[in-house]
Amino acid sequence: MTTPQPSPTLLKPVKPVGIVGYGSYVPRFRLPAKEVARVWTGKTSGPPIKEKAVPGLDEDVITMSIEAARNAMMRAQIDPTELRAVWVGSESHPYAVKPTSTLVAEAIGAVPNTQAADWEFACKAGTEALVAAMGLVGSGMGHYAMAIGMDTAQGKPGDALEYTAGAGGGAYIVGPAEESLATINASYSFVTDTPDFWRREYQKYPEHGMRFTGEPAYFKHVSEAATHLMEASGTTAKDYKWAVFHQPNTKFPQRVAGQLGFSMDQIEPGLLVPIIGNTYAGAAMIGLTATLDIAQPGDRILVVSFGSGAGSDAFDITVTDKAPARQNLATKTREYIARRTEIDYATYVRFRGKLAMK
Amino acid sequence: MTDVVIAGIGQTEVGEHWDIGLRDLAYAAIHDAIQDAGGLKPQSLFVGNMLAPNLSRQAHVGALIADYAGLNGIEAVTVEAAGASGGAALRQGYLAVASGFVDVALVVGVEKFTDKVGAGVDEALATTGDADYEAVQGMTPAAQAALLMKRYMHEYEVPADGFAGFALTAHAHGAGNKNAMFRKAIKPEVYAKAEMVGDPLNMFDMAPNADGAAALVLTRRELLPSSWANPLVKIAGSASSSDTLALHDRKDMLYFDTAQLSAGKAMKQVGLTLDGIDFFEYHDAFSIFAALQLEAVGFAIKGKGWKLAVDGSIGLKGSIPCVIMGGMKARGFPGGAAGVYQAVEAATQLRGQAGANQIKDARFGLIQSLGGPASTAVSHILQRLD
Repeated sequence: MTTPQPSPTLLKPVKPVGIVGYGSYVPRFRLPAKEVARVWTGKTSGPPIKEKAVPGLDEDVITMSIEAARNAMMRAQIDPTELRAVWVGSESHPYAVKPTSTLVAEAIGAVPNTQAADWEFACKAGTEALVAAMGLVGSGMGHYAMAIGMDTAQGKPGDALEYTAGAGGGAYIVGPAEESLATINASYSFVTDTPDFWRREYQKYPEHGMRFTGEPAYFKHVSEAATHLMEASGTTAKDYKWAVFHQPNTKFPQRVAGQLGFSMDQIEPGLLVPIIGNTYAGAAMIGLTATLDIAQPGDRILVVSFGSGAGSDAFDITVTDKAPARQNLATKTREYIARRTEIDYATYVRFRGKLAMK
Repeated sequence: MTDVVIAGIGQTEVGEHWDIGLRDLAYAAIHDAIQDAGGLKPQSLFVGNMLAPNLSRQAHVGALIADYAGLNGIEAVTVEAAGASGGAALRQGYLAVASGFVDVALVVGVEKFTDKVGAGVDEALATTGDADYEAVQGMTPAAQAALLMKRYMHEYEVPADGFAGFALTAHAHGAGNKNAMFRKAIKPEVYAKAEMVGDPLNMFDMAPNADGAAALVLTRRELLPSSWANPLVKIAGSASSSDTLALHDRKDMLYFDTAQLSAGKAMKQVGLTLDGIDFFEYHDAFSIFAALQLEAVGFAIKGKGWKLAVDGSIGLKGSIPCVIMGGMKARGFPGGAAGVYQAVEAATQLRGQAGANQIKDARFGLIQSLGGPASTAVSHILQRLD
């Protein structure tokens, strides 16, 4: 460790905060990447992941967020009326106007004395809700705040991203550090105007800049955020037990981890994309829940999300001795992942509403 | 005829320059070339560019670059011959200076492939073929090359990995070029496992499209002071030839007539035979082009060009070193700039400044820039002046 550089750009609340409860959700259906390849290319080699999670006919970001929120509540063991904010970040909110958050807040009993809003910033919509929750709690405005990142992202048929656009996410209850199963020591956000991936209003599917989504977008923002946070915190990769990076495919997080000095072992518990796909606003969030499920007190975790457009939120987290008692209080992420029903491309097309019925 | 010499050279790294625009890229190379030429001021600018009107929504690139480079007022024009735009621009610069009407000519090749992504780039590249009879049927440059390669391998019984040597050699040479896009040697297994683009052409049988700019300052020897900082390189031979665009209109699609004609004329101009050539920069946009150029120019008989890549003949220590700085495959294929990069690299070699890639006692280099499947071929012979 080196001496931390005092940095006005680091996001640290006045009162120390942490994660009081966490939960995740992954739908049961799985579409293998080689099934996508069978329909579109006829090739059997080279898919970017093994398979992705697909929501069922009656699932959406609202239903999935509610289940993840309930899991977080089970681990936190708090009174829902003490939540002063319920925030959901997603790229696939069921409504353009009518927040997902109000349904979640009502479902878990947090209404009416609460802040509620939907967040949006591509795949980092969840982590920015988490940053805001840090601020709400850390400033003393509320005792607890809930931040959820959840998605049922649509992949354009025949596009490269169809292999990986998955569904799932995580929910976090932020509260005082002394009550937390993991403290959030600091956060840092790195943002630029970089149009790597976008969807205009009224468009069903997003578009992207192909190779432009690599170096100038994902790698630049994730590296800058991680490097800046570590420098300001006086840490290097060796000081962390685990790391979670945004995961649009398997190669990107592996490569950025290596570039930043992390080993493949450090990212392994949180690298879920090969078996559930890219869960977009849920990705870094659920990578962290899977890591928290197995973490031990004292483990330090670096989390870096990435949202196209573009930006990254980085978090420096330390697991406390309260974690072991709470890990088993709700379904673990890997248990959701193991609950698996394979479907074929035709079923997937029906489930995802890709058939024009009129 | 008085000697036309290369007084200055400049080049940018070849790669994906997402954040550098067309004019800035060109200026970077121009700045270095003019500085290398001791500040010589050009009267004419010849720009080699193939697709800016499509990819960058920018035509009229000659005037644009002249102005941006602070050369407002000089003659400026874009020269286009598909992939041979760079070689063709070099020829125009050579002719201007050799004629005596222009004392100093600036030749710049520039291309910004990353100004567009996706299918639009393939569509743009398809305009280099015959629009009415090939492109409209879905023919792209890669598809043309794949058809050529398939026929070649059938007629001459070439094994599946017969063309691997072209990629292996290119990457080995690219390792010694700090401006190359790919600077690591590759193993044979990499070629064997490469994804097919269009059977039998795989990812390593085609050069990567990339951004880049390269520039040369040309003048006449008599206009320079007798003591000149850099070893002088003369453009000793220059010739160009054209053929049908469409492959189906060729007499023999496995023989690059333009390669033979233009190289032959250039060599005759110099009074040079094949064994006088110390290195050959072929236009390896596709590995099949390399084989066919080697055959048409005369380094191998028909059907045997591919073997020169297998037995090491085209390596730096071989009988005819090729792609001395990585070629299109490893240095990268920067469209209209490619032919100018060939000249800059050949000049570097002849000046004795090629570092790890230096060929001992190199005196004559043949560079050949192709448009399409040798629908255009521009050949130049560069000579070290002692």
